[in-house]
Amino acid sequence: MARMKFLADAERCIECNGCVTACKQEHEVPWGVNRRRVVTLNDGVPGEKSISVACMHCSDAPCMAVCPVDCFYKTTEGVVLHDKDICIGCGYCFYACPFGAPQFPQDGAFGLRGKMDKCTFCAGGPEADFSAAEFTKYGRNRLAEGKLPACAEMCATKALLGGDADVIADIYRDRVLKRGKGAEVWGWGTAYGKPEKQPAAKPGAKS
Amino acid sequence: MRKLLLFAAAVALAGVAAGCGEKATVTVYKQGQYQGKPDKQPWDNDQFKGDKGAWEKAVKARNLGQNEYVRVSGG
Repeated sequence: MARMKFLADAERCIECNGCVTACKQEHEVPWGVNRRRVVTLNDGVPGEKSISVACMHCSDAPCMAVCPVDCFYKTTEGVVLHDKDICIGCGYCFYACPFGAPQFPQDGAFGLRGKMDKCTFCAGGPEADFSAAEFTKYGRNRLAEGKLPACAEMCATKALLGGDADVIADIYRDRVLKRGKGAEVWGWGTAYGKPEKQPAAKPGAKS
Repeated sequence: MRKLLLFAAAVALAGVAAGCGEKATVTVYKQGQYQGKPDKQPWDNDQFKGDKGAWEKAVKARNLGQNEYVRVSGG
């Protein structure tokens, strides 16, 4: 089974924000919520580096660990998703996430913080596939259409790779060998450095 | 002098023993169970009709399509 991951290649990213735009357009993400962002280090200085940042769908996701209402789950493909009907918008996941992925709509009165919104790896959520409820809450379910995340597929320079970990790691390895530099994968160790978190066994189930 | 030594020893003993009563302040971490609605597999829909193999084939084709060294011939 594929383990879905993102890989951001800082050597290739040209800060075009195509991934951000693709995500916004694909899921009709509301104003003020950015499921994906492009971060530039040493902006304006020769040799600046840009990286596309969103939920990395960590192997051992800290957001899952800190959620007080346990609204997170991990699919068999390794995608970290959450149930917005359970989320209370406490923001713990935001503080736990090393990538700043969880987003909170703040368009309500008195600085109201709404339910958490984040990148779904274009895998929708716990609603019927292709339903209006799924689209409204989580966005389009491209994975169920046999497609990969819009951001990665839209990336013009292929700086952002998304998909089966083995395949994208092979693509990146091949790329590094050809260009002879830039083997460091930003965020890869932070997100996938720990062993895969296995779903908790059901009570009474044999191990 | 002897009294002073005894007093010093008592103070030192009290100081050393004070650390013995310390209790662990770190709670035992317990992983919670997902409380939300169940989600279906991506191949359990009208498009793939439960055919996991067909879904994996479609996703793999998209995966490999990201490698422009292979996609663009003569490169």
